[in-house]
Amino acid sequence: MPRPEPGAKLRVALFATCLVDIVRPSIGFAAAKLLEQAGCVVEVPAQTCCGQPAFNSGDRRTTQELALQMIEAFEGYDYVVVPSGSCGGMIAKHYPELFADDPGLSGRAEKLASKTFELVSFLTDILGVMKVEASHKGSCTYHDSCSGLRELGIKSQPRRLLGTVDGLDLVEMKDSEVCCGFGGTFAVKYGPISDQIVSEKCANIEASGAKTLLAGDLGCLLNMAGKLSRMGSEIEVRHVAEVLADMANEPAIGKAGEKTA
Amino acid sequence: MSSRPTSHTFKDNAAKAIQDGGVPRALKNVRQNFIDKRVKAVEALPEFEALRESAKEIKNHTLEHLDLYLERYEQKVKESGGHVHFAVDAAEARAIVLDICRKAGARTVTKGKSMITEEIGLNAHLEANGVVPVETDLGEYIIQLRGEAPSHIIAPAVHLTKDQIEADFRRVHTNLDPKRDLTEKTSLLTEARTMLREKFLVADVGITGANFLIAETGTSVIVTNEGNGDLTQLLPRVHVVVASIEKVVPTLEDTSQILRVLARSATGQEMSVYTTLSTGPRRATDVDGPEEYHVVLLDNGRSAMLGTEFQDMLRCIRCAACMNHCPVYHQIGGHAYGWIYPGPMGSVLTPSLIGVDKAGHLPNASTFCGRCESVCPMKIPLPKMMRHWREREFERNLNPAVARYGLGFWAFFAKKPWLYRLSTRLAAKSMKLLGRNKGSFQSLPGAGAWTQYRDFAVPEGETFQAKWKKRAAK
Repeated sequence: MPRPEPGAKLRVALFATCLVDIVRPSIGFAAAKLLEQAGCVVEVPAQTCCGQPAFNSGDRRTTQELALQMIEAFEGYDYVVVPSGSCGGMIAKHYPELFADDPGLSGRAEKLASKTFELVSFLTDILGVMKVEASHKGSCTYHDSCSGLRELGIKSQPRRLLGTVDGLDLVEMKDSEVCCGFGGTFAVKYGPISDQIVSEKCANIEASGAKTLLAGDLGCLLNMAGKLSRMGSEIEVRHVAEVLADMANEPAIGKAGEKTA
Repeated sequence: MSSRPTSHTFKDNAAKAIQDGGVPRALKNVRQNFIDKRVKAVEALPEFEALRESAKEIKNHTLEHLDLYLERYEQKVKESGGHVHFAVDAAEARAIVLDICRKAGARTVTKGKSMITEEIGLNAHLEANGVVPVETDLGEYIIQLRGEAPSHIIAPAVHLTKDQIEADFRRVHTNLDPKRDLTEKTSLLTEARTMLREKFLVADVGITGANFLIAETGTSVIVTNEGNGDLTQLLPRVHVVVASIEKVVPTLEDTSQILRVLARSATGQEMSVYTTLSTGPRRATDVDGPEEYHVVLLDNGRSAMLGTEFQDMLRCIRCAACMNHCPVYHQIGGHAYGWIYPGPMGSVLTPSLIGVDKAGHLPNASTFCGRCESVCPMKIPLPKMMRHWREREFERNLNPAVARYGLGFWAFFAKKPWLYRLSTRLAAKSMKLLGRNKGSFQSLPGAGAWTQYRDFAVPEGETFQAKWKKRAAK
């Protein structure tokens, strides 16, 4: 997709995702701040879920109903931006395949897909954002969530922007591209296997020596934060947007406490 | 070994593998080895991506015209003096092989590594009928001694440690000096060689699989690293190739194209140590080779995959890159999958071959991380096909009732935005209240499957949509 004209005010619809909506709204506000700083007009259309849980459970009809609901709510904007590679990938990669046999809807699904982006890659690849105004003391390590990495090619973009955060020291963990074991309903349907995978992931996070773990998907973050917390780890877990937007003042995911100034 | 599946008890199999702890330990070094070597081999070949695409196209074309190429292959094998037998299912294939063995008066049969003979349960059938099969691939030899199935399609004994293998050799090779040193890998190999050498010489029939069947020439191709395949097919009087129908490719040129991605994806080698082509029995002018050459072509459910959403699976060349990179396979090993084919390729293929009612867990036990597809040399969309199996299960009501009701309950709200907003606001608020001043729940009613292993973060208390509305109203 070509970059927009310089100076054009883009109407961007923010799809927060259901997990952000319910569990951690601050990620949604961080995403909105980053988009507004980059000159976008941000709107939040009424929303529920992109349908991914139904899609991955084999319930194609429910998926299509939810996808259609999304198309109707979001197709009128210049862009749709999602602070999640997995929900972003659902719309950008899987909606067209859902309606491939439906001539009435395939065009609309394709169109929505072509203007839907994951947050960080939208900032860098579409808006051309090169740096952010933020500071964060201490070392961070970044986990590459699977859908963002393999469906949308998100790898260098968050690292590039994190490199411009004042005071932030980015250290790589071993096997950052290996799944954290979340996998949506997999984490509860195959708990013992998921537990083994996330335990190994957390050992790699600990071994990196980083004080903060960042990633771009709240599902993966809840899984890793939950395991680190269970292990008694001190590591703070945050969505990458919180740090990039200089809004890492809420208590970290799964940590108690008050907002800091 | 038996080919009776235990895929329906996948959860128990996996739990046992995890409890034992030995499987992940034995797999740990190996998986890193496979992964690192593959990356090096791929990076050294700039045209690797183009070769993947070309390999995929070759197979796609072949599958579109499979009947044509199979007929051509059969005709060419016959012209070179060989015999072709078509087997609809495992029982038929077993009967054909046994019949060939009987006609040859065979008592000992040597075997090259073959997943298809594992699939049809050939060894047990031969043994039950008085023919002794001897596996000559080192890994297969080891698991035959143990009465186990392979846990990996190219490294069948990868779940075992050196110490376990030493113990097996000492238990079985009772005619050898008990004081010999078996602590090194090379001494284990030498011992297996010594035992196998005499078997090669007495075998009446040699059975191999095939990596490719070339329609243009009627040739079967095996790739090996130990040379055992060559001795298996050259020394006995009769050579039997057992292969499934999708192994056929049109030409020699096509074979060499696909060979360039096969070893690199499998072991990170540029080529396997041996690539052996066999065309028909020994000719008058040949110095060696079998007097009889047979090919048993197995369908066993594959033709039913043609023209369906699972056709792409028939491109698979059995390199094992998918399982080498699978986070689930890494934790549970191959036996937990409960049938011959483990890992992502097995999770797609097994339901096709034994029924999704028996193997329904396999396509569900995936995080859909997509790493398998990203390394598959034939670009098989493995996660997508696992999802197709989940769709078939859903349509046939095969998935667990609790999962269906959970999904239906959630979908009921998700389809009604106003009700969804109201209920999520209530949920977020009440969870915040329940969490009091804690950051995480150590246990949470209704979420035991999650909190059994990890904490759950207490929500911030208000939904994003409600907060955003307040901000917009200011």
